[in-house]
Amino acid sequence: MIELQNIKKSFDHGRSFVVSDVSLRVERGQLLGLIGESGSGKTTTLKMINRLEELSSGTILVKNENILLQSPVDLRRSIGYVFQGIGLFPHQTVLNNVAAVPLLLDWDRSLTRLRCEEILEMVGLPIKDFGDRYPSQLSGGQQQRVGVARALAAKQEVLLMDEPFGALDPITRADLQDEFKRIQRNLNLTVIMVTHDMTEALFMADQIAVMKDGEILQIGSPKELLNRPDHDYVKKLIEIPRAKAIRLEELMDSK
Amino acid sequence: MNQNLKEQLVILPDYFQGHLTLTLIALSLGILLSIPLGIWAAQSQSVKRPLLAVISIIQTFPSVAILALIVALLGGQIGVLPAVIALVLYSILPIARNTVTGLDSVPSDVMEAAKGIGMSSTQVLVKVKLPLAIPVIIAGIRTAAVWTVGLATLSTLVGATSFGNYIFTGLQTRNLVAVTVGSIAAATMAIVLDALIAGVQWIVENRNKSIEPSKYRLIRNSTAGMLLIFCIGTVYSILPKSEPDFVVGGKGFTEQYVIAGLLAAELKESGFDVEQRLGLGTEIVYSATVNNTVDVYLEYTGTVWANRMKNSHNPGRELVMQGVTEFVEQVDGMVNVGALGFQNLYALAMRKDRALELGIETIEDVIPVAHNLVAAGDLEFFGRPEWITLRDTYDIDFSERLTFDAALMYNALDDRQVDLITAYTSDGRVAAFDLKILEDPRNAFLPYDGILVASHSASKNPTFMRVLKSLIGQISDEEMREANRIVDVDGGSIMDAVAYLQSAID
Ligand SMILES: Nc1ncnc2c1ncn2[C@@H]1O[C@H](COP(=O)(O)OP(=O)(O)OP(=O)(O)O)[C@@H](O)[C@H]1O
Ligand SMILES: [Mg+2]
Repeated sequence: MIELQNIKKSFDHGRSFVVSDVSLRVERGQLLGLIGESGSGKTTTLKMINRLEELSSGTILVKNENILLQSPVDLRRSIGYVFQGIGLFPHQTVLNNVAAVPLLLDWDRSLTRLRCEEILEMVGLPIKDFGDRYPSQLSGGQQQRVGVARALAAKQEVLLMDEPFGALDPITRADLQDEFKRIQRNLNLTVIMVTHDMTEALFMADQIAVMKDGEILQIGSPKELLNRPDHDYVKKLIEIPRAKAIRLEELMDSK
Repeated sequence: MNQNLKEQLVILPDYFQGHLTLTLIALSLGILLSIPLGIWAAQSQSVKRPLLAVISIIQTFPSVAILALIVALLGGQIGVLPAVIALVLYSILPIARNTVTGLDSVPSDVMEAAKGIGMSSTQVLVKVKLPLAIPVIIAGIRTAAVWTVGLATLSTLVGATSFGNYIFTGLQTRNLVAVTVGSIAAATMAIVLDALIAGVQWIVENRNKSIEPSKYRLIRNSTAGMLLIFCIGTVYSILPKSEPDFVVGGKGFTEQYVIAGLLAAELKESGFDVEQRLGLGTEIVYSATVNNTVDVYLEYTGTVWANRMKNSHNPGRELVMQGVTEFVEQVDGMVNVGALGFQNLYALAMRKDRALELGIETIEDVIPVAHNLVAAGDLEFFGRPEWITLRDTYDIDFSERLTFDAALMYNALDDRQVDLITAYTSDGRVAAFDLKILEDPRNAFLPYDGILVASHSASKNPTFMRVLKSLIGQISDEEMREANRIVDVDGGSIMDAVAYLQSAID
């Protein structure tokens, strides 16, 4: 469904590469977790998929079509995108923010409204309480949920999410992760989700790709990563949730 | 109510209409021009910098110079057109600059999201950038509105009616009531217009938000009220007006106001509908008459001889008159109706006591002491050929040469800040300050006979010409000086001086 073949990105005419030789494949209905340290090129990789950044070399296929053969505007409308900076439109209400893509696609107005109602309900922001608010009247976590709702509103089959649950408290976050996972399964969405949180990746992803310095160190199912990490960096990453779990057990035992 | 104030308030609707028309036309055009310009500039750095630089440079030009340049570029046309062009030029900077600033300040994450969800660049502009930039753009429009209302007062100088008519006439004729009425009127219009735009903006921004209903209603209703006043004013100002039969022009000093008033009064008595365009610059009123925008005004032979014909020699009164008539009629196609009788001649004047002290009777007596004397000239004198001729004829120069507004110049002489001034022979203040006019035995100063210059088109009307000819040779030096004194020294109105001249003529 999404396929990246040897993609590279340089911002300085080839002197250095922010993304160097990344290849990966996400099957329909699968969720790929993209994890890696700050500056490793995760956002740049996502942006290249919907052509917010243009590739320096390589090929990207979305739904088996080369993205360079599609108009950027049509491509972007067909892909849901949750931005790292959220990027809600401050002059529009929550409802209009969520309705943005359906309206760009000329959906029927009442259909759009029904869809927005449904999707806002799903992310826990009932339209009657939140629909008419402006982004400045929401908490950071609520804004993030509007961002997720906006990406889902036009029934996109492909979703790119850049740290979508970063600003949420642990309980809301866990709820939303569950809720999102359920939606993703039901609608058979194909997703690439950038995260810093290995636990989140382990619980939500079908495949995890670990990025460092613009390259993918290892890619595999959570189980594969846990059992056969083939890099020190990957090992360190999965040590963190494991160490936490052990520490928790110790705490519980010691009482 | 004070008679003077009453007289001023009678003309308020006319001036209001003129001022509002200028402001609204200029501001609308300014907005229509500047916002697209700003949008275009914001698209790329390579356009933005040079464009904003050019606009800023325009802004630094003195407004009076801009007005004069525009009149010149329009081939001497005066009235609303040059005024509007100048006002539009000045309104571009605040609006275009704020448009650029507003568009540039849209947060980058919002821009990225707009692009990233699939908006075309036009949609990004229309749906996201412009709405977010609107408060900044409106702030620019408000600045432009206040500037435009203020600068519109200068339109008087190019013959467009505005509150500036109060101010310039008032300053020249020492009518502080007129100056005050004009200033307050302009300030009020600026404040109301500013508040109006702010009110509209507030309503648009808050119409969907939960604002306390009483507050919302208050702001909405007062904005609606102001809007209504402006609409009435606008409708009033665009109602077709009857074109006057003739336009009487005039430069910006008392004698000109008085003679223009006299011409208007006489023409009205013959049943004509007359409009006055006063306070115009020398060059402007001349070209406007060539152009048939002005139909008659008071000119001086010496002015045409020196300024227009670029002569520096002085062949004497008759020959100058003859040369000027030929020039005015054959080169510029107007008609010299004739001399009114008085001269408004440059002359050197001193306090009588100072002249006595130095033993000065004529300019020749000044020669040996000139290097100890401070001379003052009006705003143009030392730039005129008369000064060169005077200097060369008598071979004198002064220890200091100062330049003053004519009104201040007399006070400076009276206060002994200067020893000697360039006065006009017909000036009422010569009598009022009891000054000694120095004789000019070597004929250094050009003759300045007051003549009526009529436009080509108006001169075809026999009744019009008959009225003008009836005034030829009717006003002596003493009578003109007295009429000027009534206004400048006694604080009478222009109409008082006109009435005096009418009685003197009959
Ligand atoms: N427009 C740009 N021009 C130049 N360099 C850029 C540009 N955008 C990103 N970079 C650089 O590319 C590298 C990767 O950036 P990217 O945003 O993809 O990182 P990331 O993995 O998403 O990091 P984070 O987890 O902090 O969001 C960084 O070093 C960044 O400075
Ligand atoms: Mg990032």
